[in-house]
Amino acid sequence: MNATNAPLIEIKDLCKGFDGVDILKNINFTIREGDLASIIGPSGCGKSTFLRCLNCLELIDSGSVTIAGVTVSRRPGQKPDEQMMDTVHKLRTEVGMVFQSYNLFPHKSIIENIMLAPMVVKHMSRDEAHDISMKFLNKVGLEDFADKYPSTLSGGQSQRAAIARALAMNPRVMLYDEPTSALDPELVGEVLQVMKDLDSEGMTQIIVTHEMKFARDASDYIIFMENGEIVEYEDGDIMFEHPQHERTKAFLRHFVNRGVA
Amino acid sequence: MKKLTAIIAALLIIICALPSFAAQKELKWGGDSEGGFPYMFPNPKNPKELIGFEVDIVKELATEMGRKPVYVNNAWDNLIPGLDRHLYDIAINGLEVTPEHKDIVNFSIPYYKTYLQLAVRKDDNAIKDLQDCKGKVVGTLKESYAQQILQALGDVKLRTYIVEANTYEDLANGRVEAALFDQPIALYSAGFNPEIKFVGKPIGSITYAIAMRRQDKELTTEVNKALVALRDSGKLREIYDRWNLWTPVMAAEFNDYSPSKVEPSRYNEWADAHRPALTINQRLKRYGKAMPAFGRGAVVTIIVSIVAMILAMSLGLALAIARVFAGKFLSRLATVYIEVIRGTPLLIQLFFIFYGLPSVGIKFSPFWAGAIGLGLNYAAYEAEIYRSGLFAIPRTQWEAALALGMTRWQSMRQIILPQAIRVVIPPITNDFISLLKDSSLVSIITMVDLTKAYGQISAAYYDYFGPGIIVAAIYLLLGLPFVRFANMTERKLAAAESDGKEGYRENIYRSSTRFS
Repeated sequence: MNATNAPLIEIKDLCKGFDGVDILKNINFTIREGDLASIIGPSGCGKSTFLRCLNCLELIDSGSVTIAGVTVSRRPGQKPDEQMMDTVHKLRTEVGMVFQSYNLFPHKSIIENIMLAPMVVKHMSRDEAHDISMKFLNKVGLEDFADKYPSTLSGGQSQRAAIARALAMNPRVMLYDEPTSALDPELVGEVLQVMKDLDSEGMTQIIVTHEMKFARDASDYIIFMENGEIVEYEDGDIMFEHPQHERTKAFLRHFVNRGVA
Repeated sequence: MKKLTAIIAALLIIICALPSFAAQKELKWGGDSEGGFPYMFPNPKNPKELIGFEVDIVKELATEMGRKPVYVNNAWDNLIPGLDRHLYDIAINGLEVTPEHKDIVNFSIPYYKTYLQLAVRKDDNAIKDLQDCKGKVVGTLKESYAQQILQALGDVKLRTYIVEANTYEDLANGRVEAALFDQPIALYSAGFNPEIKFVGKPIGSITYAIAMRRQDKELTTEVNKALVALRDSGKLREIYDRWNLWTPVMAAEFNDYSPSKVEPSRYNEWADAHRPALTINQRLKRYGKAMPAFGRGAVVTIIVSIVAMILAMSLGLALAIARVFAGKFLSRLATVYIEVIRGTPLLIQLFFIFYGLPSVGIKFSPFWAGAIGLGLNYAAYEAEIYRSGLFAIPRTQWEAALALGMTRWQSMRQIILPQAIRVVIPPITNDFISLLKDSSLVSIITMVDLTKAYGQISAAYYDYFGPGIIVAAIYLLLGLPFVRFANMTERKLAAAESDGKEGYRENIYRSSTRFS
């Protein structure tokens, strides 16, 4: 909770569609450095697509994405050229991403999973990459699993390893795409704890999640999305106690009734 | 992409730096070691040695010309194209002086004249001469003078053969009712066979001469001079006497009616070797003698297969990457290559590379023509295997790599390829086994591989049974290590995809039959 700085992420007029169907409609939005923002909303509302647009795994149709001073912008109908792809690549080095299904590299051990990108992308020496990787494995509590292969880890361990892998690239922003959805309930806590720890260290994080309690307790902001639009953008407690929009109320009612939040 | 370019460049360099042969004071002569008796054939007693009356003639001819004879083997059908490929300078192997041949090559003066001989089964009294062949099944050599005579006769059920020995086998077995062949072939195929008799008068006239390239006029003169000298000194007649080939036709041709002074020793050896049925022990002993020849053939087969496979795997990978990831043009180009190669017979491709390309200045040695032909062909199939391997890796692996800041090429190289290659090892190994067998096709472009060795030895012994079993067994043995390798990697892969627990699948199958 050190939300005092200038915007680190700035989204302007972002539009994205697939096969002529608009998924994201003219999204504007900023996040300050050190914030933890949760994106909630019904399935199919575009929240995962939005997150993937932030590091250009989905290239936006139009608008602009600025992260840590790197701006990818596109006019409607503009063809992506070499220069745009270079910017995309540069932007990605500022952003770490964690996936629902971990996406660890099955042919490499855990330590190799983490060392690979620093060596290949940042041209670090093997020793240097190894030291950094061990540091982050320690951070997520997996130092004893360095030489294990992904297939032998539990879901929670895999996801923590994936977080360590993203952190090793020293990103300014971490994106999480439903990081706990594939986990057994008793393993969810260990992953959320890692994210809370990072928040206290001042990492900027955006999380697409169904964990309403976590969203409410840990987030600086909650973003409620529906039908490809940001309906409400509010402090966690305010959002849950006094939602402004009917749609937000209707969505949150499901969870309140089930005693989740 | 730099590495890929380097690989392709290295391959091109290897392909271009092929050995070329410089002409020396040699007499390079082409013939077909399976061309048949008594022209030229491997000595049944020592299959490494090529014998025959034409071999004797070449030896005398080279001595007369003061040159060293160097033998180049080529399939009989391709003897004349081989001249234009500069595989050799003279071709001799029962090449008939016909108007069609005269148009494309220079012929020396004839060294032998003969005729066609009709043969029937001993108990057949219906066929007494050529006219009686009407309505009957008659066998002869493919694309020969005899075939033309039979076609001119009309109303003959013609069966053409590539190996003359097979015709007489079929005659004895009743598959054909008569056989019409050049007299020397008839004599050496059936002259000693108690089931077959020769009938009728000499038919037609056959003139054998040595073929040379049209532009080699000096060589033609030189050869003619030497032939005249050999005829006048009686050396040619001596050869014909030894091979029992001195006939009234030859007496008239050489104007020499004196009785023979030399025993037909070569013919007698041949007839003795073929007349009696061999005991199993004698046969086994023969096969034992042939083993080194099979061994050399097997080495050629395995080397050409391995070189071809290395080429196929590297080019196939480049094609697959081009097809899946490159721009539209390259991708289209790779697709067209794959479709064309897979849509045309390998045999045609080999012929085209070996005999077709030299006319546009690209000339490969038989080995490289075979290895490149097989390699280019299999590359198309390997490309498709790689492609399915690349698609087998989930999209999310790409995304994870890209999200970490890797470029497309880095993601491919570090994440996708290593996983894809594991997936494709078993099918590629299986393909190698099938390439090993397809490599038998290189025997048609003058390479003496295992299949060619089978042809040579069988033709020498007049025996396709035992050598056939031996060769089949050798092919099987050559493929076996690769079959085991494929099985092993498949097992390992299955273990890897099951949480790294070795033997996971087997355990599932076993435990499902247990009640505990």
